[in-house]
Amino acid sequence: MIVLEKRQQPSPWMGYLSPLLSIALTFVVAAIVVSAMGKDPLRVLSLFTLEPLNGKRAIGEVMLKATPLILCSLGLAFCFRSNVWNIGAEGQFLLGAIGAGGMAMWLTETGLTEPGWLWVTQALLLGAFAGAAWAAITAWLRDRAHANEILVSLMLVYIANLLLSYLVFGPWKDPKGWNFPQTLRFADSLSIARLGAGMRVHWGFVVALISAGVMVWLMYFTTLGARLRVGGLAPGAARFAGFSSRESLWTVLLCSGAFAGLAGAMEVLGPMGQLTPHVSTGYGFSAIIVAFVARLHPLACVLASFLLSIMMIGGELAQSRVGLPASVSSMFQGVLLMMLLTFDSLIQYRIKWRAQTSKDLAKHA
Amino acid sequence: MHELALLIAAGIASGTPLLLAGLGLLLNERAGVVNLGAEGLMLIAAVAGFGIAFYTGQTWLALFGGALAAALFSAVLGWMVVYLNTNQYASGLALSLFGAGISAFVGAALVGKKLEITQTEGLFFLADLPLVGPALFQQHPMVYLAVTLCLGMVLFLYHSKSGRLLRGIGESPASAHALGFPVRRIRWISVVVGGAFCGLAGVYLSVVYAPLWVEGMVAGRGWIALALTVFATWRPWRVLLGAYLFGSVTMLQLHLQAIGIEIPTQFMSMLPYLATILVLALISRNPSWIRANMPASLGKPFHPG
Repeated sequence: MIVLEKRQQPSPWMGYLSPLLSIALTFVVAAIVVSAMGKDPLRVLSLFTLEPLNGKRAIGEVMLKATPLILCSLGLAFCFRSNVWNIGAEGQFLLGAIGAGGMAMWLTETGLTEPGWLWVTQALLLGAFAGAAWAAITAWLRDRAHANEILVSLMLVYIANLLLSYLVFGPWKDPKGWNFPQTLRFADSLSIARLGAGMRVHWGFVVALISAGVMVWLMYFTTLGARLRVGGLAPGAARFAGFSSRESLWTVLLCSGAFAGLAGAMEVLGPMGQLTPHVSTGYGFSAIIVAFVARLHPLACVLASFLLSIMMIGGELAQSRVGLPASVSSMFQGVLLMMLLTFDSLIQYRIKWRAQTSKDLAKHA
Repeated sequence: MHELALLIAAGIASGTPLLLAGLGLLLNERAGVVNLGAEGLMLIAAVAGFGIAFYTGQTWLALFGGALAAALFSAVLGWMVVYLNTNQYASGLALSLFGAGISAFVGAALVGKKLEITQTEGLFFLADLPLVGPALFQQHPMVYLAVTLCLGMVLFLYHSKSGRLLRGIGESPASAHALGFPVRRIRWISVVVGGAFCGLAGVYLSVVYAPLWVEGMVAGRGWIALALTVFATWRPWRVLLGAYLFGSVTMLQLHLQAIGIEIPTQFMSMLPYLATILVLALISRNPSWIRANMPASLGKPFHPG
């Protein structure tokens, strides 16, 4: 029979192999599903791999979608490292979008649009602040009332969604917008500058890369980072060394809320240019997958964000080119994470073929 | 008075999926496994059940098929967390994300399709009783089935040998293993059966309650059901009470609108989520009390030998 045997030491190469194996197997599953739908799997495969990287404009789109994923996943990896299960990045993202979008709307209405870079910076900071404030609710309830952070942060996603919907259907609706649920278009000066002509990706991408660098420094080169990592791995040891788990709870949640909020702010001031109910296409949830695929390492988060970004764009292409439902991408993202978790168990365990277990032998004796 | 009866009836009808899913999750957690995949399982079952009901017209077949689909996927989850010792939080979350994706994918063709609504008949003569009749006894049979399942869960957990064993495993898997019980097999079975309960909840939503399929229609009820098990301090009858209470909160929004209180619909729709947060915060205030009631091995993997 097949049994799992605990390895004496975690296998180092399985740690690297497992994400690759998961990606490969996800493609196999995808090919099977796509063939079952009566589509050409090779054509769809190319939509998920080659097409998104075909040309300068396309690569710009990949970078554009990777930006919020990088920011959100950096914060989530930080949380998961210290064993705080914040899964509400989506809600924190939306609050960031609401904060920055509301400010840009007000500025456009009052005509305070110059100098643009100054206002944009302030709006982005406001967005980060709003995201952190939203995460603070989770931290506060966890800290004061011991409420489970998974459930609270997730409930806050639904509430944030409804809040955004209230604003754009209600008080913030553009009076000249043909009754569409959206704010007015922000003044041109209130958008983040683009990185190059012919691409929609903006300077936020650079900010995301810098943030990843900062997180590497914070996590691996400071005492704060060491404390948080120890706190996540061995809470008892951390307490013994005088590190407060309350302190780390607040630090990681505020930090990840700010990152997610900043991502949301960049989305409205970048490609959107106005607030609509569809600011996010599930970035906050995809970022959870990014964080796990990246094994909670900040630099790997950048790579994994590109992977998920390509998958998201592949899904859009599969919808427009071969008529697969748009949700094809989120389905494969789920498959990827489940594969990854399964293969990850091989880091700690090895598969063994055993003819008979010792118990069976004992029975026969 | 008739208004009140209708409000109670509506609260029970909308609380039933929470009750069904809550019972399933309770069973998982009593054996020591947290199932964060509930939302995904409910979505998978909702779309499977709706598809079956749409193409065959058989409600009971839909319930069976949906529960089976959810049980299959929770069998995979159970295999991961029980036998491979993967992280229960991450694995459940993965299943929820996957469930949201696959249900939207499969259900794309079913959006906007309508089921023939069957008129529910009252329960014998009870339905004609004043006040109590319209409040309690004019429901879909599934509502009574859910209550029966709750009774069954009580009998199983507290008055049967296997139920006591299951609770024992949740408290101390190592002792149960030492006594020679197959801890992991029992945990796995509990995850599969719990998943089937979540499946019933999902089909109830799409086939009986709504009855239609919309992407993401479970709308967080799987997560609310998870909060319910904490609220109920892992006791079946309290899950029933909590589910109906939450169901009534959901219905309150429609009622307030009906009597002309003007609050934007979005704020009304926030009520169940706000109530969940509030209840979690209130119930968890005293951690030692929660710890005294919580199955001791909850969320922890068990590796024999």
